[in-house]
Amino acid sequence: MPVIGTIFYTFLAIVAVGSALGMLINRNAIYSALFLVLNFATVAVLYLSLGAPFIALSQITVYAGAIMVLFLFVITLLGAEKLPGYEPIKGHRLVAIVLAFVFIAELVLFFFFRNQVTGPIPLIGPEFASPKNIGVLMFTEYLLPFEVVAFILLSATVGAIMLTKPERKVTTKLSQQQD
Amino acid sequence: MIDAALIWEWIIKSLVLILFLTVGFMYVTVYERRFLARIQSRIGPNRAGPFGLLQPAADGLKLIFKEELIPTNADKFIFVLAPIITVIPALIVLAVIPWGEAMVIFGRQVNLFISDVNVAVVYIMAVTSISVYGITLAGWSSNNKYALLGGLRATAQMISYELALGLAFMGPVVLAGSLSMLDIVRAQQGSLWYVVLQPAAFLIYFFASIAEINRAPFDMPEAEQELTAGYHAEYSGMKFALFFMAEYIKMVAISVIGATLFFGGFDGPFVDQIPWLGPIYLLAKVVIYLGVLIWVRATWPRIRYDRLMQLGWKIMFPLALLNVIITAVVVVLVS
Repeated sequence: MPVIGTIFYTFLAIVAVGSALGMLINRNAIYSALFLVLNFATVAVLYLSLGAPFIALSQITVYAGAIMVLFLFVITLLGAEKLPGYEPIKGHRLVAIVLAFVFIAELVLFFFFRNQVTGPIPLIGPEFASPKNIGVLMFTEYLLPFEVVAFILLSATVGAIMLTKPERKVTTKLSQQQD
Repeated sequence: MIDAALIWEWIIKSLVLILFLTVGFMYVTVYERRFLARIQSRIGPNRAGPFGLLQPAADGLKLIFKEELIPTNADKFIFVLAPIITVIPALIVLAVIPWGEAMVIFGRQVNLFISDVNVAVVYIMAVTSISVYGITLAGWSSNNKYALLGGLRATAQMISYELALGLAFMGPVVLAGSLSMLDIVRAQQGSLWYVVLQPAAFLIYFFASIAEINRAPFDMPEAEQELTAGYHAEYSGMKFALFFMAEYIKMVAISVIGATLFFGGFDGPFVDQIPWLGPIYLLAKVVIYLGVLIWVRATWPRIRYDRLMQLGWKIMFPLALLNVIITAVVVVLVS
């Protein structure tokens, strides 16, 4: 890898990890949300540098443009930007520390016991990550997972509509009984 | 192949685009005020320079010398950041628009676009989807209830209309079979303009884009009568000028995108023989499109907030979805 590539990658990595830490540590929910947006944007730039502009822009549109905007909307709507200093769930810090150690152990195991024989990385053309290729793959080779995801999302949408639907008024029922 | 000359070419083209947008912003304000005045049987600003053409310079000078206020309990960092976040997406969204065919300038072949990526339409979607941050953050950080309400309204409105906007893009994309703006323009050169082939998509784009940039009749986030000035109620001086600038640059941007997607972009008679005509045709279409935007503002009253959300979710979104399905089926059947 040329030197400039290494510098570029290091910079992105530092920003990505730094923004993730900032999101965890900050006690103001608005700042946390903005750090998360920065994190998503940095990951999108990483995708872009790997030659996948479609994935990068989808990442920005979906995560930064839709999901985080909704998060920000809810935080400002509820006025919940000040996070409480105490633990909402008892003992969750202890569990988190244990889980973090498990994760680090997994990483170490992966590094030592992974498949050591690595062949040459197959070269991919500039058309590999084009929207056309992604679309074709999605509707041929990965059709079943795609449809399953679509079905789950649809049922979630219907569920959300059912939950927010106002209950039927009693007066209409009474008038129906009188008829 | 990347050489020094190519990098200079990119820099010069980017500067030309930014200059076009900022100068365009100045003259769109004059255009709007003069045209609006004519519709309302007034004269409008005509004192500074010939025909009032120096009015934006006078306004700019005034705004620079105004006192900048930051409310006591505002979140200062985000309060300063919000206008900047609002302007940047407006300035970068047009980077994927082609202005004409390749031309030879000073013995060098120059493409009249900054970048012809194969995901141009997704890029436009991505940039418009992040442009809501500035407004939301401005509303929240001002620590003012009117500003907060304006910011919340803007967020809800922009999320609602983004869906219809994205689906309206899909009509031309499906017809042209490409996400690149240059391919969409070339496909229109071969056939009719997409406003003829995709009238539903164009109408949805037209209204959804007005809602997306918060202009009348969808200017709920800054409705003066109920919210003083909405999200920028606490801003003054240059920071207010940046919000003002972003609004007008977005107007230019949606006009350019609309003209490119639905009115053939730089296409016009004799453009294949004289490539210089390309940018001129595009500019002419943009000026007409802007005129229609101003006309709509002058003649339609603001619609009520709940009706705005109903229009977005219950009419425009299903209509846009139906349009995409019908277009896709027709394209498959014809080809």
